[in-house]
Amino acid sequence: MTRNVILAGVGGQGLLSIAAVLGEAARREGLNLKQAEVHGMAQRGGVVQSHVRFGPGPIHSDLIREGTADLILSLEPMEALRYLPFLAQDGAMVTNSEPFENIPDYPELDSIHEEIRGLPNHRLVDAAALAKTAGSPRAANMVMLGAGSPYLELPEEALITGIRSVFAGKSEEIVETNVRAFRLGRAAPEAEYSGGNA
Amino acid sequence: MPTRLLLGDEALSQGAIDAGLSAAYAYPGTPSTEITDYAIRSPESQGGRIHCRWTANEKTALEAALGASYAGRRAMASMKHVGLNVAADPFVNAAIAGANGGLIINVADDPSMHSSQNEQDSRLYLEIALIPCIEPSDQQEAYAAPAYAFGLSERSRVPVMIRLTTRLAHSRATIETGDRRSPNEFSLPPDPKRYILLPAIARGSYDDLIARQPDFLAASEESPFNALHEGSDETIGIIACGIALNYVREAFGGDCPHPVLKIGQYPLPLGLLRPLLHRCETIFVFEDGYPYVEGKLRGLDERSKPIVRGRLSGDVPRTGELSPEVVARALRLDAPPVRSASKTPTPRPPALCPGCPHGDTCRALNGALEAQESARIFSDIGCYTLGALPPYSAIDTCVEMGASITMARGASDAGLRPAVALIGDSTFTHSGMTGLLDCVNDGTDLTVVIVDNGTVAMTGGQRSAAESHIRSICIGLGVDPDHVRTIEPLPNRHAENVAILREEIAHPGPSVVIAERECIQTARRRARRSTGGTT
Repeated sequence: MTRNVILAGVGGQGLLSIAAVLGEAARREGLNLKQAEVHGMAQRGGVVQSHVRFGPGPIHSDLIREGTADLILSLEPMEALRYLPFLAQDGAMVTNSEPFENIPDYPELDSIHEEIRGLPNHRLVDAAALAKTAGSPRAANMVMLGAGSPYLELPEEALITGIRSVFAGKSEEIVETNVRAFRLGRAAPEAEYSGGNA
Repeated sequence: MPTRLLLGDEALSQGAIDAGLSAAYAYPGTPSTEITDYAIRSPESQGGRIHCRWTANEKTALEAALGASYAGRRAMASMKHVGLNVAADPFVNAAIAGANGGLIINVADDPSMHSSQNEQDSRLYLEIALIPCIEPSDQQEAYAAPAYAFGLSERSRVPVMIRLTTRLAHSRATIETGDRRSPNEFSLPPDPKRYILLPAIARGSYDDLIARQPDFLAASEESPFNALHEGSDETIGIIACGIALNYVREAFGGDCPHPVLKIGQYPLPLGLLRPLLHRCETIFVFEDGYPYVEGKLRGLDERSKPIVRGRLSGDVPRTGELSPEVVARALRLDAPPVRSASKTPTPRPPALCPGCPHGDTCRALNGALEAQESARIFSDIGCYTLGALPPYSAIDTCVEMGASITMARGASDAGLRPAVALIGDSTFTHSGMTGLLDCVNDGTDLTVVIVDNGTVAMTGGQRSAAESHIRSICIGLGVDPDHVRTIEPLPNRHAENVAILREEIAHPGPSVVIAERECIQTARRRARRSTGGTT
């Protein structure tokens, strides 16, 4: 079966690195993959999203059809809610709990969290705290990839190899920080997690 | 076969390199930028075996590619859809002059205007230039298109357009790469006179282009990019152009009962079209962009059989890109249950980066023009266009590349004061310089503020053709050197910058203020490179 994943966030949060790791992991597993990104003007502190689809069979559309996303993985809680119509009935929403407030009329954070908790399959993760533990606040994106990884149906080792490959040009320390961040995210406290089909 | 994970843009670029590309020229523009970014980064370009360069604008890019083709090499020029407007003159006339070495023109359209001011459809230019066009349906076809198009270009002595749209340009997929072909040797055209488009010669060349139209049609009918997939239910026939094919397959869950004509090469393959038109009562046309094919099939009488349905009939929205939902809705197919949209999220428009020099320039301009109700700032295409949004609300217009200076000039001529133009360094060298020359020759009362951040920032930091020569260019164009001033847009220089802007706005003739500070993004990348980097 094709896995459909919506990645959500704000320009500059490192969403395309998550997409790159997913792509690399799927390719190494011999799966077909399509991954639509947003480039250009929207990247400047605005809304960014990516549709990632992978699986053993042919993948036709680059865009995910509404009502069929297995996972919405978001680096920002309000951005996670923006794509709700895409989420399948049994799909999961995994999001960073911390807001990115660069607009004057950002909604009440409690009501955002409450709406997310109202979904049957959800996971709210404090990515910043775990990224700091891993060694760099910039690794929050890999924390979130780890937190979403149980819903991906990709082997953990393939994702870690994907991280090593995507960050291969960086120092060994940075590579290890990102791998640590991924593992911390995967094992993140599940207080908010209400079960699911992972 | 080796596989790679590439964007549609990158697949096209790799396909061109593998097909013996010798030269690539482009001006950056979303969603076409990554074609040339990729070519420039390639080992072939870095090793000097192929010549890949950013140019001043799309017109100079296409003319350079035409020259390389004249010299027998395989060459390409790449641009976004509105860039083709800038390059329209060489686009149309290169079709008449023709190609010697293979010449391809890659144009990426942006339906839904993700990063553009319109959603014009480049296929309409085919009607003027009368050349063939390939429209790949996926990344693998984007890889295959250049080899095919170079071959067609050389066989038919004509430039070939390759049309992409945003979703293919900016979507990654695993592709298989093929064998590498050697670049062409240098060779001059056997009939050099056809490049001299004097009327007497051009008439003959134009007749020759017309005479080759049946060959272009035959090529379309035999093309691997066009195919008729049979279906058992012929009450409906479907025509799907480019990536629309994927949405049709998705909407039917991969198993479409109706005949589907996949269009991936123009002119329209009439031989494949006719059987569909005869057998089916209703034809659905799915195409990203304008109702180009639909309009041709529908003719003047929309009631004539078969009934043609698409954007013109209202079955598909007239504007915006296609999606699996749009196609499924038009065909009245079952949809999975969909959750209602959340009412919580508020819009999050793009914004200037924290610390961006353009923000300081916008604040200084607002300060300088305070209490001058009649003042207008005519602006241009670039990151600084975001100065239109709060908290700056600094600019009044943004129409197309270079229009800031020329619109300010016309408004000044018509009596508007103060007339100010706000333009970036790269947009200035793209198409602002000639407008400034007009102002100098006419002694126009206006002030041109050139925000020089040293890069083409909006598209990701490509090399700016201005190369820190803005001051000498302005003086060379004839602006009085005393009225070519430079400011450093920084918060702690605000008062000084406001004062300089006021002085030059008060000057009754053309004046230029260059706001010079490096883009915060390129500065950060440079700092990271020199310290070994972080994530």
